[in-house]
Amino acid sequence: MTAFPSAPPRPLRKDGAEGSTRRVLDEWRDHAFRAVALAAGLSVLTILALIAFVTTRQAWPIFHKEGLRFVTQTTWDPAHENFGALSFIYGTAVSSAIAIAFAIPLSLGIALFTTELAPRRWRRPVVYLVDLLAAIPSVVYGLWALAVLKNPAQHFYQHIANTIGKVPGLSRLFGGQAQGASFFTAGLVLAVMITPIITAISREVFSTIPQDDKNAALAMGATRWEMLRATVFPRARSGIVGAVMLGLGRALGETILVALIIGSNHQITSHLFKPGDSLAAVIAHEFGEGSGDPTYRAALIGLAVLLFVFTIVINVAARAIANRSVHTGSNA
Amino acid sequence: MTATLLDRDPEAWFTEQSLSRSRRVRNAIATTWMVGAVAVALVPVALIAGYVAVKGAKVMSWTFLSKNIPFDLGFSGGGIWPAIGGTLILTGVASLLSVPLGVLAAVYLNEYGRQNRLARVIRFMTDVMTGVPSIVMGLFISLIWVRSGLHYGLSTFAGALALGCLMLPIVIRSSEEMLKLVPDQLRQASEALGARRSTTVFRVVLPAALAGIVSGAMLAVARAAGETAPLLFTIGTASSLSTHIFSQTNTALSAQIWYNAQQPFAAAQDRAWGAALTLIALVFLCTLVARVVSARFSQLEV
Repeated sequence: MTAFPSAPPRPLRKDGAEGSTRRVLDEWRDHAFRAVALAAGLSVLTILALIAFVTTRQAWPIFHKEGLRFVTQTTWDPAHENFGALSFIYGTAVSSAIAIAFAIPLSLGIALFTTELAPRRWRRPVVYLVDLLAAIPSVVYGLWALAVLKNPAQHFYQHIANTIGKVPGLSRLFGGQAQGASFFTAGLVLAVMITPIITAISREVFSTIPQDDKNAALAMGATRWEMLRATVFPRARSGIVGAVMLGLGRALGETILVALIIGSNHQITSHLFKPGDSLAAVIAHEFGEGSGDPTYRAALIGLAVLLFVFTIVINVAARAIANRSVHTGSNA
Repeated sequence: MTATLLDRDPEAWFTEQSLSRSRRVRNAIATTWMVGAVAVALVPVALIAGYVAVKGAKVMSWTFLSKNIPFDLGFSGGGIWPAIGGTLILTGVASLLSVPLGVLAAVYLNEYGRQNRLARVIRFMTDVMTGVPSIVMGLFISLIWVRSGLHYGLSTFAGALALGCLMLPIVIRSSEEMLKLVPDQLRQASEALGARRSTTVFRVVLPAALAGIVSGAMLAVARAAGETAPLLFTIGTASSLSTHIFSQTNTALSAQIWYNAQQPFAAAQDRAWGAALTLIALVFLCTLVARVVSARFSQLEV
């Protein structure tokens, strides 16, 4: 896009007495509009700052009372005023990790299919397919997971637990009594939910790589896979990292789906087929009822502060990486 | 990989047959992975769409769409009308709040700020804001509006504020993309005629980008209509249509799915599926309108 001159020549102000009041009014209106537009732009920064300030201030009693124990203690017992968030942090991390593990190969495969492999007329349908995944509301994913997926999943997990779960090293992950509503189910459905965003950004990153480079590799006799490894992956690496981190941010913050299917159990266990709980899910389930007791309320807001900090940090890093990658890709 | 490539006889590169077995196998595995990924993505789409269509169609009727929700979710009968109305009113009010603000912000970014430092910061933070979890947004509105010292209480407006906060960054970014598409010659022609920047924006730039902006706003509405978490602590619940925006609690399709899905009763489960079908139909309608509008836009642009 061509640069627009930053200060276009204004009509001369003192070109005669006639109409000068109108001109002054016009100019004032112009300045006023600019100020309004600027204020609208600043609203984003204001809202983000307000979220940080208001939630932190209201959660302050719990940070003051529990200190670092708020994030290192596992017991969450509102009845005895014990508020440790570690099991929720753990649940959020584990379910997101499972989601990422499944979503990376899935999203990159789809993105490469649309940019490198598919004939032109196949590209749009695949893009629509991914858009469709993004269009399904998370509460519908949750309903489906709870009503349809949960019971078959339990049988399937139990089967795995009885076979692979007997292997000494793997028994800690897959062994024991399996449940349908668990870390694993939550992670699995989360993977489907975050696939569209990772796919969309990877696709964008892949498409910035010059066709000439790819042609050069192919002309040298490289197979498609070798061409990808030689020209596409090295340049797309940081963009992919950014895309995956954005997906991770989405997975960390997803509430409704996780609240419905993770099983709502305050425990830390390495068994992936057991129920747990996540930061967002606990807020969703308990904030309504926790309104009476101020400490309980502050603790729940404290969970929201943790969630906000985690997602902001991840998103800032991801955007910085993804932006840089798309920029250098197009300039190269 | 490149090393093995260069080790080979140059003449042999040109024929498929000359590829070593391992190179062919690796390439085949990579191709299978890409095709497989698309196939795997089809499975959840087909399963979820299938279940929602079949289970939703079972309860779908005019009564279901037009009757009030029973007070006790375990009771059978009744309908979902208040939730449909609630979703429409909530997203409508949220759009009224976020679309003008978002478009103005986009005007600042593209027409005034351009690449200056403030515009870059705002642009970046807008992207970051899309990543703020929706539950945090709902909690935030609950803290400053519903349970603040102001005691406004649960209401449609509180929910619309939360949804508006979610829509805002989406509207800003999509509007800015559309403003970018407006050719600079139009702006220059307008300025050359002596128009001020604000006149140029209102008379030239915004009309040229209108269809694109509308389409982006519809996509934001589609996204907001499916959100549940921002509504949990802001709108309360309702079993008949709620029209007083500031003083009445409300409900929405997404909220009804959430409450009904957690009930063990068959009637509630059915209601959840029916609401899911209605919600998805609504979301698709928004997306479809957006696509039609933007398709017209790209035709006009040529």
